[in-house]
Amino acid sequence: MEDFLYFFSFQDSSIAFIVLGITILGIGSAYVGTFSFLDNKALLGDAISHSVLPGICLGFLLAGEKNPYYIVGGAIISGSAATFLTSWLKSNTKLSEDSIIATVLSTFFGFGIVLLTIIQKTGNPEMAGLNQFIFGNAIGILEEDLWVYGGLSLIIILSLSLMMKEFSLLVFNQEFGRAIGYPMDFIRLVFNILMILSVVIGIQAIGVVLMAALLITPGAAARFWTDRLSTLLILAGLFAVISGITGTYISFVIPKMPTGPWVVVSLSALALISFLFAPKKGILFRYISRRKYLRKTHRDHVLKSLFKATEEGKKGLSKDELLGLYPHHKKETLGSISYLLRNNQLNNIQGLIELSESGKTEAKRIVRLHRLWESYLNEYMNIAPDHVHDSAEKLEHLITPELEALLDNRLKYPKLDPHQENIPRDNDNI
Amino acid sequence: MITFDQNAFLIISTASLIAISCGLLGVFMMLRKMSMTGDAISHAVLPGIVIGYFISGSQRGVEVIVGAGLLGILATLIIDFLRKKAKVQLDASIGITFTLLFAIGIILINLLAYKVDLDQECVLYGEIAYLPIDLWITDSGFSMGPRIIWLALLNLLLVGSFIFLLFKELKLTSFDEGFGMVMGIPAGAINLALMSMVSYTTVSSFDAVGAILVVALLVVPPATAFLWTKDIKSLIKLTIGIGIGISVLGYYLAFWADSSIAGMMVTVGGAVFLISAVLTSKKFKFRLGTQSNQEAFNS
Repeated sequence: MEDFLYFFSFQDSSIAFIVLGITILGIGSAYVGTFSFLDNKALLGDAISHSVLPGICLGFLLAGEKNPYYIVGGAIISGSAATFLTSWLKSNTKLSEDSIIATVLSTFFGFGIVLLTIIQKTGNPEMAGLNQFIFGNAIGILEEDLWVYGGLSLIIILSLSLMMKEFSLLVFNQEFGRAIGYPMDFIRLVFNILMILSVVIGIQAIGVVLMAALLITPGAAARFWTDRLSTLLILAGLFAVISGITGTYISFVIPKMPTGPWVVVSLSALALISFLFAPKKGILFRYISRRKYLRKTHRDHVLKSLFKATEEGKKGLSKDELLGLYPHHKKETLGSISYLLRNNQLNNIQGLIELSESGKTEAKRIVRLHRLWESYLNEYMNIAPDHVHDSAEKLEHLITPELEALLDNRLKYPKLDPHQENIPRDNDNI
Repeated sequence: MITFDQNAFLIISTASLIAISCGLLGVFMMLRKMSMTGDAISHAVLPGIVIGYFISGSQRGVEVIVGAGLLGILATLIIDFLRKKAKVQLDASIGITFTLLFAIGIILINLLAYKVDLDQECVLYGEIAYLPIDLWITDSGFSMGPRIIWLALLNLLLVGSFIFLLFKELKLTSFDEGFGMVMGIPAGAINLALMSMVSYTTVSSFDAVGAILVVALLVVPPATAFLWTKDIKSLIKLTIGIGIGISVLGYYLAFWADSSIAGMMVTVGGAVFLISAVLTSKKFKFRLGTQSNQEAFNS
């Protein structure tokens, strides 16, 4: 608790700096990552983050110390080389995209390891700082480094915000952009540079291996909550910031604990919550609405069976007869009957289940939609009468009143369906 | 002057054995467009390794292999779950899954640092140079030679027989999953079996060569071979050849540059791949490319 207060009251200016740094950095990467996620190029970020390692080592070898300018410069060069190589391989060989990305990623990283061991053998005491790039350590970021990385992050955020229109064109409809005269290749180049930049600054805190999470996960998680690009970007940034600060806090409290893994774990937890509980797209929500829909269709079917029974001259059906109609759905049928009884659409008169007035209206509506659709398929699509039932069985639950009016109009208010059965109207007597 | 160096021989032959196992699996992974899944699995086994190590108390326990195998399968299932149930696109689900599992692995290593003598770097890039020292000594005190080489042999044996026995099924489901299903081949089970072989291969060689080399050997030789040939049998042969080639060349270059052997093998693989890509690229089409290679294998 003391640690908690100490950390979050920002008494220590270096902690305030680091939190500020990781906030800007998280927003920057989430921002770029969301675009590349929407572009279906999520793993390109992974490839880039593995391939900046040789550049970092080369920068270190040239500068002889952990100079942020040399390291960023080297990382940009090797990141660009990897990006260029990926797109060159894609257009010049028949390899699939994931083989290309996996190949580029592993070879660049392997080469980085070679350089890393060579540096290790030179016995340079600053070497320890270099290892941090692989697993990341936000606490280890020095204040002067922070200016460079923070500045770069701001550049990324600003250029993405200013060129929002261009980048959305790139992500959603590149061909359209080209057609109305935007230089799409140039925009892609700018975007790739921004992506490399965000990787370069991100790996300080989170490390080469796990950087992909900071790019992919916020966007993927935020995508579950919204369909609007602006909301998506804000949410993704928020997720990245929350998990960034959580990760930093944990690595502050537990000594020697790297930041990256905790950032990733808290990000993944946020993502998991989104996958499960987000409205509309979440697994739970989809499951519930599917259940609701299935129950509704089953109720429709029960009403329809009772309606058909009245057409045949019966007053109603007994519970057992109804259950016999749906031999494998006993539970659903019982549920539907009791629901409909509660809603006064059915009456239970001495064991005989009958349609009430409101039940009749509803049943007529369903049967009418079913038979209207059958007529439409038969007349306009020229489908044989014995082939139209299955499609109507699905659409009777979906056709809206507007569509119904349209169908009626087109078919000139028919009386009979292709099977020569009566199409029931609201004021018909049965 | 060339003298017989026992260490070099041991290291190169172990690396070649691992390269062959990885190549055999890698060809099918590539044909299924699952190269990145292989990469993901080799990262995702880390928590399994750590937990297995924690339970058995040594890096050599069966628990380690079981743990890693389970985690590999778990990773495949999570990726599948995210893709099918949560409807996340495939590449994003791969990215989310492997980063999460790898992160958990590193956290476990740090939490159990006093009980588990394992560091994250070793898992990533291993150290094949220590291989000749790490001997397998029987209870009677008789030295059977390096432990890893036996593991690699066993691994190759299992992978080889897996591919040999299920060759038809693997081929069919790689090219046309739907048709395979119609023929009555359980595509899902075959897929899971392939994934567990990949995780087993990763774990049986991780302390020698590290995840990086395993990934590279899974991906790079098949991709390089694919540039030269499209026939599946020659693809496999060429992959094996390339795997052995980069092991030999990588070792000597690493010896010369005094650097990580695993890293250098990967680098050599990358160089071979790049040269092949330039030679076979659309702008640089040499006639002799594919043909001369195929003739070499047919004769």
